Parts: sequence; C-alpha cells; structure tokens
Amino acid sequence: MKHSPEMIAALAGTMRSSVSRRRLLQVAGISSVAVAAAACGTGGDDGTASEGSAPQDVSDTEKTVDWSNWVEYMDIDEDTGAYPTLERFQEESGISVNYTEDVNDNNEFYAKVRTQLEQGQDIDRDIVVLTDWMAALWIQNGFAQKLDKASIPNSANLIPRLQSVSFDEPRDFTLPWQGGFAGLGYNIARYQEATGNSEMTSLDQLFDPALRGRITLLSEMRDTMGCIIAWQGNDPANFTQEQFEQAIDALTEQVQNGQIRQVTGNDYLAALESGDVIGVIGWSGDIFALGEDFGFALPESGGTLWTDNMLVPSTSTHKKNAEAVMNFYYDPEVAAEVAAYINYLCPVEGAQEAMVAIDPELAENPYIFPTEEFLNQTSVFMELTPEQNEQYERLFQTAIGN
Amino acid sequence: MAAVLPASTSTQQPPTVKRRSRTAYFLLAPGMGWLAVFFAVPFITLFVTSLQVPVPGQSGRYMPAFDLMNYPEALSAYSEQFIRSFVYAGIATVLALIIAYPLAYFIAFRGGQWKGLLLVLVIAPTFASFLLRTYAWRTILADEGPITSFLNALSVLPQDRILNTGIAVIAGLTYNFLPFMILPLYAALDRMDPRLIEASGDLYAHPATTFRKVVWPLSLPGVVAGTLLTFIPAFGDYINAQLLGSTGDRMIGNAIQINFIQFRDYPIAAALSIMLMALILVIVFVYIRRAGTEELV
Repeated sequence: MKHSPEMIAALAGTMRSSVSRRRLLQVAGISSVAVAAAACGTGGDDGTASEGSAPQDVSDTEKTVDWSNWVEYMDIDEDTGAYPTLERFQEESGISVNYTEDVNDNNEFYAKVRTQLEQGQDIDRDIVVLTDWMAALWIQNGFAQKLDKASIPNSANLIPRLQSVSFDEPRDFTLPWQGGFAGLGYNIARYQEATGNSEMTSLDQLFDPALRGRITLLSEMRDTMGCIIAWQGNDPANFTQEQFEQAIDALTEQVQNGQIRQVTGNDYLAALESGDVIGVIGWSGDIFALGEDFGFALPESGGTLWTDNMLVPSTSTHKKNAEAVMNFYYDPEVAAEVAAYINYLCPVEGAQEAMVAIDPELAENPYIFPTEEFLNQTSVFMELTPEQNEQYERLFQTAIGN
Repeated sequence: MAAVLPASTSTQQPPTVKRRSRTAYFLLAPGMGWLAVFFAVPFITLFVTSLQVPVPGQSGRYMPAFDLMNYPEALSAYSEQFIRSFVYAGIATVLALIIAYPLAYFIAFRGGQWKGLLLVLVIAPTFASFLLRTYAWRTILADEGPITSFLNALSVLPQDRILNTGIAVIAGLTYNFLPFMILPLYAALDRMDPRLIEASGDLYAHPATTFRKVVWPLSLPGVVAGTLLTFIPAFGDYINAQLLGSTGDRMIGNAIQINFIQFRDYPIAAALSIMLMALILVIVFVYIRRAGTEELV
C-alpha cells in the first residue's frame, strides 16, 4: 500500500502515453497522503511539517502497530524469547505489535530515518522511543504527532516529576517509556582489589590513578558531561559556556593521561563484565541487570536523570493503535511488571504499590521508584539550542579523540 | 605482395570488426550502467555535498554552494587521523605480506592434493560476519586472557594491555584483510613454473638468490595486487579502531562516520571522503609506478 513519491513520479513517467489521466490519479490517490506530505516537506525548507500533513489514521482497519525501541528495554521470557506484557496486550486488544529493538543510538537512528521524515515518506514505525533532547528535536522539526490524551486515559498516572518538561509542555507529543540515571558503575571485587575500597561514590574515585586504563565513559555527551560538570561543583541543569569548557578540560586531561580506556555506547557492559574495565560512568538499569557483583551509585556530586520517550512519528498511519499501546503500559500493574524486569526508573504512579506483590525489595529501590529527595541529587541536562548542541558535541567528540 | 595483402584484408575486415565492437558494447552495458548508477552518480552527489554551506540559523541543514574551504577545514581538523590511518594501514599491510607470503608459497608449491582444502581454510573465516570476528578479538586480547598475561609476564607491553591500544587495531586490520593478501599471492605463485626454481638451483644459485632473482620478481603482480587489496580497505576502515582501539586510535573512517552521524555535518564528511579517495588514488598511483609493474598488473 505504500508508494513513495518517487515511485509515483516514475509510474507517471512511464505510463503517461498509455494510461488515462484518470487512472493516473487513481494510482496517485493511493498515496495522496505521501505526495501531500512530500510537497509539504520540500515546499517549506525549514523542514517543519504543518499540522495538516498528518496522514490519515487507518488504525480501525489495520490492527497493527510498529514499535521501535532500544535493546533490552522490555520484559522478556528468557526461555521462549517472548515478551509477556506485549503478548497480553495483543490478546486483549487484537492489535498485533511488530516490536523491533533497532534504536541503538539517538543520532544513529535519526540519521537513518531523517531524509524520509523530511520528505514525508512513511518510516514504517508508529512508536519510536527517543531520549529527551532527541525527542525535542523531533518535535521542533514537526516529526511527531500530537497525542490524543482522551484515548490514553492512563496517562494521568504519569509521575508528577515528569509531567512537565521544557521541550514538551504539557506532554502533548510524548509519554516517558522509562527513565534512568547516569552514574558510577563498578565491578565490586576488582575495585576492592585495585584500591582497597569497596564502594565507589565519587568521580575522584573513578579518576583514581590506580584504575588507569580500566575505566570507560559514555559516548552520550549529556550523561558524561553532566556528571563531570556536577563534579566540578557546577549545575548540569544550568551552566555557562565557560563552565562547560572547564569540564571539557577536565575530560581532556583524563583522556590524555590514559585514565580513560574507551568512550562507548552500550558496549561498555561487555568490558565491565569481562573484567577489562573496573569502573564506568554508566546507566543505572544496565548495571543492575549485571547482578550482585556490580555496584551502581549516583556520584556524591550528583548524577544525571534522563527519560526515554515514546512518540508517534509524523508519518505514522496507526496513531490510535499506538495510543492503545501507551495506555496499556501506563496501567500500574503492567508498568510494575516491566520495571521488575528492566530495573529502570518507572514513570507510572501506582506501579510501586503493584511492585510489592511482585518483588517487595524492588519496590523499595530508589533507582526504580525514587523519592523526591533522591531525585534532588540528580539533574536533567540543560536544554541546548541547536547551535549550542552542535558546538558542545564537537568539543566533546574532539576531547575523546574523534 | 606485402602491400597487397593488408589492402585486401582491410576491405574485408571492417564489417566484422564493427559487429564485434557492437557486441562488446552490448556486453559492457550492464557493467557501465552499474558504474554510472552506483559510482558516478553517488560520487557526483558526494562532491556536490562537499561544497555545501550551512543554512544560516538552521543547524544541520545545508544548501548548495561552492565552498572549497570545506576541504582545508576538514584536513586541518583531521590530519592526525589521516596520518594515523596511513601508518596503521601501512603496518598492517606489511605484516599481512610477511604472514601471507610463506603461507601462499606453501599452498602453491607444497599443497599438493590439499590445495583446495587449504584455500577453503583461508577463506572460511570470511564466512562469519566481519563484525563478529572483530568482536572475537576482544576476547582473545582481553587483559586477563592468555596472550596479554603472557606478554605482561615478559613486561614487553608499554601500556600493560593490548586491547584498546594501537597494537590491537593493527592486529585486527591485519587479521581481517589477510585473506585478500593470500589469494592474489597464491594465484601468482601457483602460475609459476616450478622448473624455473629447479633451473635456478641447477645453475648453483643459493636458495635465497633464487627467491630474490626468480620467485619474488615473478610473484610481484600478486604482491602488488595483494598489498593494494589489503591497504585500501584498511585505510578507510573504522570498525577495528572503534571496537579494538582507545580514544587515541581513531582513524579517518571514524572521523567520517562521526561527522555524518553524530554532527550531521555532511559537507565536512563528504570532503573527508573525497580526500580519502584522492589520497588512496595518489598512493596507489605512486606505488604502482615505483613497483614498476604496470604491465604485469
């Protein structure tokens, strides 16, 4: 059913002599939506699709939804490889979900679909999960559809802390999937062996010369730089250019003296597990998933809090189905089930109570169900203008050898 | 007589020559079409992109222009990565040659009935994904793995580790492109008449002299082809540096990748790609001239 504008153009070119104009219009009509959207995309060079370009929702006739999410971000039955909550949703709603774990990196994913989004071509996804700043970029560029809260009644369960965010006030386009913290992760036994300490609680300890060449940082600029900015006594949620550059200098020093072995994305987990790496700046849920031999702590100076958000791409034709999925996962019982497996910050109010029945210990875990005071130790990285973002990314990448 | 014959043939030949050439063009068409669509067009697009300038006030958007300054800018920002790529790919190529030559020689002259099997063994690793094979090196070279432990016991490693150092990147490059060195070398050596080696021995040449005066010169086409097939992909590779290297081991491929994906600075990334191609072209040209084997390749 999906015809790209190029294909229509090609069809028009080859058929011009033999096919009536009427027939041609029929062919074009099949994807008039795509053509209209494409016209919109090329007409305005600013890439902002207008409200009217949202494609027609065919959710009622096509009971499917395509969902792109990050790796290991869903409860899974390890024996069968099935996703229990997802299966239940499909049974209850009759909507079949095509769940793909193909978001590995915000920038990479954006690079993959950007051209299509700009031209209004269907990217074949109805829900994508993106980190705050990338979600902000999609909203700015008109690549997200406004959610109909009436069909997501459970969205009222969103925890207060995440109800208003600067990039999407008041959550018109996005709903958090999970949140998490960037902080210190370490191999307990090896850390003790190398330094004599059993707990790592500050960046000073991470940059201890005894760990030279045995630590990694995250290639996600905001997470790594947020921790360093806080370490220097500044506020990651509100800092100056000068303070950012100071943090870059500190990072450069650690890179050049050989302290830092690598700056990676999800890759750091394998190195931490194998023992090649002893300490990391890593993501909370990841480290918990490694088990009891590994510790995670927010640095005393503060860590960063981020959220990965579900949004419906501007080209999706199954928005209503997507909203049904969101509604399902905002049911506290379901949310608790997911949180019990992936151990990230759960954005659903009431899930903590539901968790008591599943695992009372997890219900007390501040990284999954944080209290206000706990959240006060963390900050959401300052919102950057596109120019700042570009400049800071460059400074960061240069500091880490790219 | 001598004057008549060419004249008579020339009156008869043209039609057949013409028909033959038309067939040739016909047969060439798919290849030329392929080149046009998958090389010429993308190349032109890339070149045009490399001259674009940012749209003022709109981060990540570019408009057509003729900004040659993208080139010096890209070069000054990434000269270090260019040089490193040259050095790493160069060392990997030499290592691959040293490893591959005896192996190819053995298969060609001593392989006997096992030749086929041995060649399959050379190619077999490439059946597994490039990425997986590179990941495997992380296990092989792990800090507490046997290789690193052994070398550390001898205290020969400058950083007390192999993984995430330049050594690991070069090792990865050498390993990954080794089959492309072995195969052309084998093809060249296998074509060689073993009686030439016997004859050299009969003329009282020392085995080393035989190698230097007979085997090596005759295998040169294989050496040139093998080194090029190893050097060119190694020069542009970024997987090995990313998975096996550290922050100080990034190559030019990484710079291109980061500019395309992370910064979305398409003009700089395109300028880097074009310069990489130009540089490889120059290196190959000089190399073939120096090797003096234009007629052999």
